[in-house]
Amino acid sequence: MDWIKIGSAVLMGAMLIYLFPRAKQTIENSPKGTMKEWMGFILPMAAVVLFIILLIALV
Amino acid sequence: MQMNTAVTRPQEAILQTNKVIRNTYILLSMTLIFSGFTAFLAVVSGIGQGTALIATIAAIVILWFVLPKTANTGAGIPVIFAFTGLLGFGLGPVLSYYLSVNPSIVMSALGGTGVIFLGLSGYALTTRKDFSFLGGFVMVGMLVVLGAAILNIFLGIPALFLAVNAAIVMIMSAFILWETSTLIHGGQTNYIMATAGLFLSILNMFQALLHLLGAFSND
Repeated sequence: MDWIKIGSAVLMGAMLIYLFPRAKQTIENSPKGTMKEWMGFILPMAAVVLFIILLIALV
Repeated sequence: MQMNTAVTRPQEAILQTNKVIRNTYILLSMTLIFSGFTAFLAVVSGIGQGTALIATIAAIVILWFVLPKTANTGAGIPVIFAFTGLLGFGLGPVLSYYLSVNPSIVMSALGGTGVIFLGLSGYALTTRKDFSFLGGFVMVGMLVVLGAAILNIFLGIPALFLAVNAAIVMIMSAFILWETSTLIHGGQTNYIMATAGLFLSILNMFQALLHLLGAFSND
């Protein structure tokens, strides 16, 4: 195991620790989406997935 | 008199929001150009993975400890350029690797990231939908992806690597919608912090797309 892998793991671990309290706060404070709102999110996500499949096919 | 106040206040708020959006996109464009330049410097000078890791750690330190303290002052501008420049510089070894394997992968990832970002931002800006409900989804997704990425540093499972990168693209897409919606609805009033968030989402998406296209290409 080289030190770059260890350094990367430490950096990501620090990110996890830094992000956790902020994530907890955001989860507690963010409103719940309705079915209509989630549909408005799923449609552009589906477009992103299709676009990536197209990119993979072209490369 | 009261009626005038009631009418002009929302207009002022709209003008302020539009100013924040405009400043965010101007600063984002400039920081993207600058990070592209530092990434070019890193590729030309052939920096190693160790140097790239140190540059990335320095950028994260700036993001966590310097940027929040300077974002409301004039010093925030050079700080955001330092942050984005270091992150661009840290991309050097990954870019060098993919450029040596197949340069079209880098071009496709770059173009793909641009199309996805512009498409999602355009969608959020034109529909003016409120995506504040995505906050929990984005945060949980980031924690899960970080956990899986740490695990895979030690396990080295190719399928998990692909799954993590596919998840990053989706989470960053959701983040773009969430952040843009926050900008539109006045939740984010600091264009420097908004730029930092959008820049990170673009950079992460670009890197994840690079890995995905690299894995699925025949090279």
